[in-house]
Amino acid sequence: MLELLKHPWPWYVAGAIIGMIVPALLLLGNKHFGISSSFRHICAACFPANISFFKYDWKKEAWNLFFVGGILIGAFIAAQFLADPSPVVVNPKLATELAGYGISDNSHLLPKEIFSFESLFTLRGFIMLVGGGFLVGFGTRYAGGCTSGHAIMGLSNLQWPSLVATIMFMIGGLLMANFILPFILRL
Amino acid sequence: MQTIKNNTTEQQTEKEWNTDFEVRSLDTICMNESHQQHPWWYNFKYLAVGILFGIVFVKAEIISWFRIQEMFRLQSFHMYGVIGTAVIIGIISVWLIKRFKVKTIHGEEIEFHPKKFNKGQIYGGLLFGLGWAITGACPGPLFAQVGTGVFVVIVVILSAIAGTWTYGYFRDKLPH
Repeated sequence: MLELLKHPWPWYVAGAIIGMIVPALLLLGNKHFGISSSFRHICAACFPANISFFKYDWKKEAWNLFFVGGILIGAFIAAQFLADPSPVVVNPKLATELAGYGISDNSHLLPKEIFSFESLFTLRGFIMLVGGGFLVGFGTRYAGGCTSGHAIMGLSNLQWPSLVATIMFMIGGLLMANFILPFILRL
Repeated sequence: MQTIKNNTTEQQTEKEWNTDFEVRSLDTICMNESHQQHPWWYNFKYLAVGILFGIVFVKAEIISWFRIQEMFRLQSFHMYGVIGTAVIIGIISVWLIKRFKVKTIHGEEIEFHPKKFNKGQIYGGLLFGLGWAITGACPGPLFAQVGTGVFVVIVVILSAIAGTWTYGYFRDKLPH
């Protein structure tokens, strides 16, 4: 059993569990699945700076911070006790392309050539880690939600604005991965 | 504000806070719909759900930069399968909850609010998509990546918080 859990889980198992988080949060206390708001609550708690967008009772939303704290702990448990020692399987086409940019370490879920403190102090690493993170934080709040809030919770509740947001996420991702990121990775 | 200060009724003290979260319809994600008051440690329920979510994130490789690159290059079905299955289960669950008026474990009615369209979903959605393909992570996986011990992602999270703050600062000037 433990051996089975250690192998990468198939998409239908992961998808089903993530789908069940939607009713779980609703049933546990009328909470709507979403994660990017945690960034807003952190702003409201630490740096409200008299900006009206951050002036609200963030403690009422503290459940969300417990939720993301749980994600961090769960990931720690999975990495410590359910780790799969074999390298990450990467589509050969992608592997070849990435090798051209000097990215060939697939021993972990994140390539060390980008996700390390050494990389942070290179132009490429700085743009990807700091610039990418900024876009994620700015974009999700501008859109009013991220993959969980719009693509999963919003679509589950059949909200068409969430479908618009989800389509835009995909367009942005396709543009970046195929047309812009290759230039950044070459830096 | 001065006149409100002397009045201690709940409704009026609330006016000092932005309790409607600024034009709530623009931003209905992840709010607390509950009207009940519980001790703070009730929040451990959500920690437990988060732990399960974190394990799934890692074991299904959803937090992998490689999986996200494959998704946006249309080189793998994996992520489409994960999100598609989650949406189908979510739709069925929400439908069942509405159909049978299922209540929370505390007996409270479950509320849904329609989301209103605004241009933010287009511009913001596009910007987030660009960022997602770079970092290989949407907000949830960022926390999970830190949990697996990739501590440089803390920088990505801090930058995302800065991005959210910047949005809040310029919010009035941005097209919505």
